[in-house]
Amino acid sequence: MIEIDDITKAYEGTVVVDHVSLTIEPRSICVIVGTSGSGKTTLMRMINKLVEPTSGHIRIDGQDIAEIPAYELRRRIGYAIQGHGLFPHRTVGQNVATVPKLLGWDKKKTADRVDELLSLFQLDPAEFRNRLPHELSGGQQQRVGVARALAAGPNILLMDEPYGALDPVIRAKAQEDLLSIQRKFGTTVVLVTHDMEEAIHLGDKIAVMDKGKLLQFAKPEEIIAHPATPFVAELIGTSERPFRLLSLAKVADHIEAGEVGGEPIEASASLRDAYAELLWSGRPALPVRRDGSIVGQVTLARLSQLAARPQ
Amino acid sequence: MKIGNLIRLVIFGLLLVFLIQPELFAGFFGLFTKNNQPAIYNQGSLLDITLNHLGIVAAATLASTIIAVGLAIVVTRPFGAEFLPLSRSLANIGQTFPPVAVLALAVPMLGFGTAPTLVALFLYGLLPIFENTLTGLTNLPPAVTDAAKGVGMSGWQRLIKVELPLALPVILAGVRLSVVISLATATIGSTVAARTLGEVIIAGLLSSNTAFVLQGGLIVGVLAVLIYDALSALERFLMKRTGQLGRA
Repeated sequence: MIEIDDITKAYEGTVVVDHVSLTIEPRSICVIVGTSGSGKTTLMRMINKLVEPTSGHIRIDGQDIAEIPAYELRRRIGYAIQGHGLFPHRTVGQNVATVPKLLGWDKKKTADRVDELLSLFQLDPAEFRNRLPHELSGGQQQRVGVARALAAGPNILLMDEPYGALDPVIRAKAQEDLLSIQRKFGTTVVLVTHDMEEAIHLGDKIAVMDKGKLLQFAKPEEIIAHPATPFVAELIGTSERPFRLLSLAKVADHIEAGEVGGEPIEASASLRDAYAELLWSGRPALPVRRDGSIVGQVTLARLSQLAARPQ
Repeated sequence: MKIGNLIRLVIFGLLLVFLIQPELFAGFFGLFTKNNQPAIYNQGSLLDITLNHLGIVAAATLASTIIAVGLAIVVTRPFGAEFLPLSRSLANIGQTFPPVAVLALAVPMLGFGTAPTLVALFLYGLLPIFENTLTGLTNLPPAVTDAAKGVGMSGWQRLIKVELPLALPVILAGVRLSVVISLATATIGSTVAARTLGEVIIAGLLSSNTAFVLQGGLIVGVLAVLIYDALSALERFLMKRTGQLGRA
């Protein structure tokens, strides 16, 4: 658990982060979203002491981080950034092994861990271990960056616009990877982005920041249904609200009895995808398929209800 | 590229042969003599003089490198930042002093011979290496230095494992400049009795023997070009290895 308690950061009179308090639950993904200059990155960088707060406290699992030496704290917290920040003169394997080496793991354990992580990110260890970062594609570099951040099995992973430099297709894949890895390891993830779509897709909870202030900290459904300020509403995009709401739920949770013909949709798809397919194919209902067999239907009427503003 | 390397190899070969068996070239250098002057320098072995010349340059550059890189490291650390302007002006003064003046000032203190030449070359070599090391250490990719901090490296670990390796090609460029300047400047060391190739040139000037002047000058020139090229190639290799080609 990360408790941010009345934290303020000012640079020579300019307040960048203004009395922010929030509590991030363990094993959850918290997305901090805001425009540039909102103080979101500064807030995140105070968690691993890359920025020292002017006032306030941050506690990790009850311990005030002011009591922990910065380098020791950072070795316990994964850190992945935009533009990956890989060390260009060290191989992929050496990059991933950075923190285990700093922590003094033995060679065998480190090498095993490097191979395990590379495989987890679909990078064949034998092929990629000895390559240099500049020989990799953007998406591969980004995966190595996250693998390095996770190398020592940290409880907390901080990510600063990690997908900013990726094209949409690779970004979607990277986001799915993050979700499955977060579920696998139970890591607490704090992710900074300016993209509300990404925030809604990834976040268990979303913190919206503007001009150093925390405007709202709530679940995505709550933020979409009841934005705390006009700015939050603007960030979500008024015309996007029903679709964002639909994107949060899976077809699997809204299957109705009944049989219809035509091309089925997978139960794992989001309601938004189902809605788009209904509209596009001009059908009032779609059959739902799970594990290869049809288990029911999803209807346009039901989805229209679900897309309405929750009361 | 390949033809360039071939030419360099041939020139290097010619230089070696000339240093070991200068008499083979007597016919060529004889063209530049008058009144039966000797065609080949005859007051000492050219090979010995050349090795001594290189030795002085190497020693002076090594000392400049250690001091300049050390200084640049200190002034780019948080505790040394306030010494940055001071160290910059010190290195600048070293560069603006004419080497002849340094020799003139150093002789009364150090006597004639190699020592004053070493001091002059050392002072002269500081600035390019210092400035380049500063550039290299302060222009690192921000994402990389941020990541180095973020993974929990201490200041010392960041310097040794990330900052210096990445700045190395730029530092090397400074060393290359310094070496080439020193190779040429070392010749004037012979005015205070240092054993350098300047000796051959001065002997030629005193006896109006163009062949001697040409020999001394050619050896220094060829050495400078070859060493410059070799260090450039090493830089390119390092830049390529770290994926920085086209960065600095």
